[in-house]
Amino acid sequence: METELDYELHPELNTALSEDEKELLSQIPELTELGEGRRKFLGQVFASGLGVFALQLLAQEEILASMKASEDAVFALEALEENLVAVKLKINGLEKTLNLDSRVSLLDALRERLALTGTKKGCDQGQCGACTVIVNGRRVLSCLTLTATCEGKEITTVEGLARGEELHPMQAAFIKHDGFQCGYCTPGQLCSAVALLQEAKNGEASHATVSFQTNARNLKLSDEEIRERMSGNICRCGAYPGIVAAIQEVHKGKETAQTWRFVSNEEIAALNLEEKTDEIV
Amino acid sequence: MPRYIGKEMSRVDGIAKVTGKAKYAAEFQVPNLAYGFIVQSTVGKGTIKSIDTGEASRAPGVIRIYTHENAPKPAPPKSTELKPQDNAPERDKSFRALQTDQIFFNMQPIALVLAESFEQARYAARLVKTTYNEEKPTTNMEVALKTAFVPNPQRAPKPRGNPAQALKSSPVKIEAEYTIPIEHHNPMEPHGAIAFWENEKLTIFDKTQGVYTVRRHLATSFGIPEENVRVISPFVGGAFGSSLRPNYYPAIAAMAAREINRPVKLVYTRQQMFTGHGYRPHTWQKVALGAEQNGKLTAIIHEAVNNSSTFEDYSDNTTNFPRSVYACPNVDSSQKIVKTDLSTPCAMRAPGAVSGMFALECAMDELAYALKIDPLELRLINYADVHPESGKPFSSKALRECYQLGAEKFGWKNRKFEPRSMRDGRQLVGWGTATGVWGAFQQPASVKITLRADGTAHIASATSDIGPGTYTVITLIAAEYLGLSAEKVKFELGDTKFPRAPVQGGSFTTASVGTAVYESARNICQKLMNLANKESNSPLKTAKIDDLEMLNGNLQIKNNSSQKVNISELMRKNNLPELIDVHEAKPSSERQKYATGAHGAQFVEVKVDPDLRIVRVTRVIEATACGKIMNPKTSHSQEIGGIVWGIGMALTEATEIDHRYGRIMNPNLQHYHVPVNADVLNVETLFVEEDDKIVNPLGIKGMGELGMVGIPAAIANAVFHATGRRVRDLPITPDKLL
Repeated sequence: METELDYELHPELNTALSEDEKELLSQIPELTELGEGRRKFLGQVFASGLGVFALQLLAQEEILASMKASEDAVFALEALEENLVAVKLKINGLEKTLNLDSRVSLLDALRERLALTGTKKGCDQGQCGACTVIVNGRRVLSCLTLTATCEGKEITTVEGLARGEELHPMQAAFIKHDGFQCGYCTPGQLCSAVALLQEAKNGEASHATVSFQTNARNLKLSDEEIRERMSGNICRCGAYPGIVAAIQEVHKGKETAQTWRFVSNEEIAALNLEEKTDEIV
Repeated sequence: MPRYIGKEMSRVDGIAKVTGKAKYAAEFQVPNLAYGFIVQSTVGKGTIKSIDTGEASRAPGVIRIYTHENAPKPAPPKSTELKPQDNAPERDKSFRALQTDQIFFNMQPIALVLAESFEQARYAARLVKTTYNEEKPTTNMEVALKTAFVPNPQRAPKPRGNPAQALKSSPVKIEAEYTIPIEHHNPMEPHGAIAFWENEKLTIFDKTQGVYTVRRHLATSFGIPEENVRVISPFVGGAFGSSLRPNYYPAIAAMAAREINRPVKLVYTRQQMFTGHGYRPHTWQKVALGAEQNGKLTAIIHEAVNNSSTFEDYSDNTTNFPRSVYACPNVDSSQKIVKTDLSTPCAMRAPGAVSGMFALECAMDELAYALKIDPLELRLINYADVHPESGKPFSSKALRECYQLGAEKFGWKNRKFEPRSMRDGRQLVGWGTATGVWGAFQQPASVKITLRADGTAHIASATSDIGPGTYTVITLIAAEYLGLSAEKVKFELGDTKFPRAPVQGGSFTTASVGTAVYESARNICQKLMNLANKESNSPLKTAKIDDLEMLNGNLQIKNNSSQKVNISELMRKNNLPELIDVHEAKPSSERQKYATGAHGAQFVEVKVDPDLRIVRVTRVIEATACGKIMNPKTSHSQEIGGIVWGIGMALTEATEIDHRYGRIMNPNLQHYHVPVNADVLNVETLFVEEDDKIVNPLGIKGMGELGMVGIPAAIANAVFHATGRRVRDLPITPDKLL
């Protein structure tokens, strides 16, 4: 029996937006008013981003899930699971009771046991931030967290940031400011950014904090502060300026000046470049 | 007026990426999965004397362990057994894991453990015991420089003019050596795959820049027809060249899956990535420049040597681009390689160009100071209006505009010439500039467009989107030329069931696949016109295809919506639920008459702490001339990415090797320093658009690599301006400025 992976055979997946998706699109919050000389285009965010991609991938996996083990499949002779520990925790609002190998990191529990692959493995040794999740309101590296230590804790992953179908403002701001390219560090950046807002509310200091004298709450963070506080999340595509702009927009409601522009024909004409007849060398 | 082209569009895959729903290779849920874990060698050269897997095999959960002793060794593919003929592709000598007892490099894979869980596989991997007949590895290219050789003598470029003589008689000359260490791509997503077999058919989810390349690699590895291999790669978490060639893991994942009749997941650890794919090679360069007192270049002699492995001759083509940047009548450049006991290098963002231009553009700065001419002025004095090598005109080249507009935006006229002459408080301030150059390539690429009578369209092409925004830009181009709103267009990529497209590399994806979409949309237009004109009263009877456009569901005369045919009605009338066009676009022969390329001018400000000598890049202006910009939002992000990579190359990145053991000492993100958020301050892009219908019908040039090319040199030049210290050995770490 071959598994047919051809999801084009599922015509229902190829239809245009559903009503739910249209609704979702309409709910993406526009975060601020635009001033003169600011971003001219908000850019179009397409619900097809969620609808089509998610549906396609879901369809592929549904087909894969029905794949039967081969009659000749080789399995281990001994203990499939060892050192089992029972852990009860809450992930994205849902109670889960897990019975797993005591060596399983929270990251691997999410990705390999719970099919929550939104949380990413970038280095598996606490150096890149891709695996950042929010545990009891604080950002945590899930690769350095043993699941067994999470008894009774509340965990929020990237899958749990949106409220129902409505994107978290940080998610919408990341799209608007192109705060990612390949998207692999993005879930960690988002969890980090969301928790950072809470740290600012709590008045927590960072290496870039200018004064430790005040016990102010609701800190208004400078760009420098945000860069510092986000430096535990590596983005190899280098989307850092967009990430800072996105966080500032959610944090302060501040619109960031656009940092690209087209040179106009008038500007080029004004250069009055002399026509040279260079010899061919 | 274009509705989409040239306007900002947010990524169509944006929601999938910010909600965690985008699936990368190792994330597909496949039942009955076995986990693989790679064991690496601890010596850099020699042979395996013994490999004891007994204890590891008995560890709980272990299914099987493969080494060179028991791994299947497929016969080398027939087509590559012959000696390569002239123009024939080089025989594939790429590294294959578990095929021999020989050790070619330290951290070479020597065993693959398969277990029921990742934890069990990882643990058992540590129980594999290996002894070696150890030999002394040679990994330091600089001490082996005398063994350098020209890898392809027949393809080496001939000198232009008489460079040696011209240099000798030049009134002003400089000569300097530049070195760049090994660098690693370090995409955030580790390389990995999930492979399974059904009868003799292989399906593999792989992280790759080219699904067809992986398909061919696996088909030849297993001696099966290419049609029996399906490669799927919808999302790639960065690659930057590291997934251009198939790496060793897909073949052993597929081998293991076939042997145990189960799906196998195999993912590199971060450490394994440092020898699991190629890297930017260690490069030594010497540049000699001669000039008249007025700044006119009289001679350029550029030598480059890069390291390769012992089993493949990888040339980084370091001197290729620099030959043609300036109008200079006497040029000689050479490229040699040195064999080292390391894995084979590979293309890494802007391969060759960024390394070669680092040397040339630093040398130009040194020449400017020898001449006491402003560095920007020196570049304008030597501007190449025609291609200096071929004499051909450029299809377009707005580099002069980039220099001038970038300088204006940056405030270059306020620069004081003397080093250490500018300060901001106690910080030393330096301003530097450099030129960026890359090709305007196009490769044959195919797409399939399905236009449906319900007013939607499906586009498919087996290209890849490693991050530049290919999903978005192809959707945008299709929406533009099919006259649909972008929400009605669905584009899919990264699957060998789609028409063939080139690997995503060389900054040629949009030019190649975008052109195919454009031309295919014209074919659809033609088919619709033919249908319409079957009717005697067609309003398009006298129209020519070039007069027509598709817009808002109609086929109509351009800018004249009174003469139109409704496309859905037309298709329904002809009982056509869908209209399909499969098309391959090829570069036009017109290109041959011209020199083509993308250009940019890059201006950098650094601030250097006078005590700690820490360099910060505080401001970058990129003025970029790369044809027509399709989507400025994602294009700007590509420019930012290039700058961030340039900052890393200039200031922090180096793969450090302990040459006693030939072993990489920093195979991790703690000690291999890529730029973090705090390293990237103000970055601005000026797009100087070029109207260039010669490169391709849409005027698209590549830009993903261009944005990086001049940055390391511009930073090094700015550091010289700030400190008076000329650092010719990257990265410019604080110790080199003390």
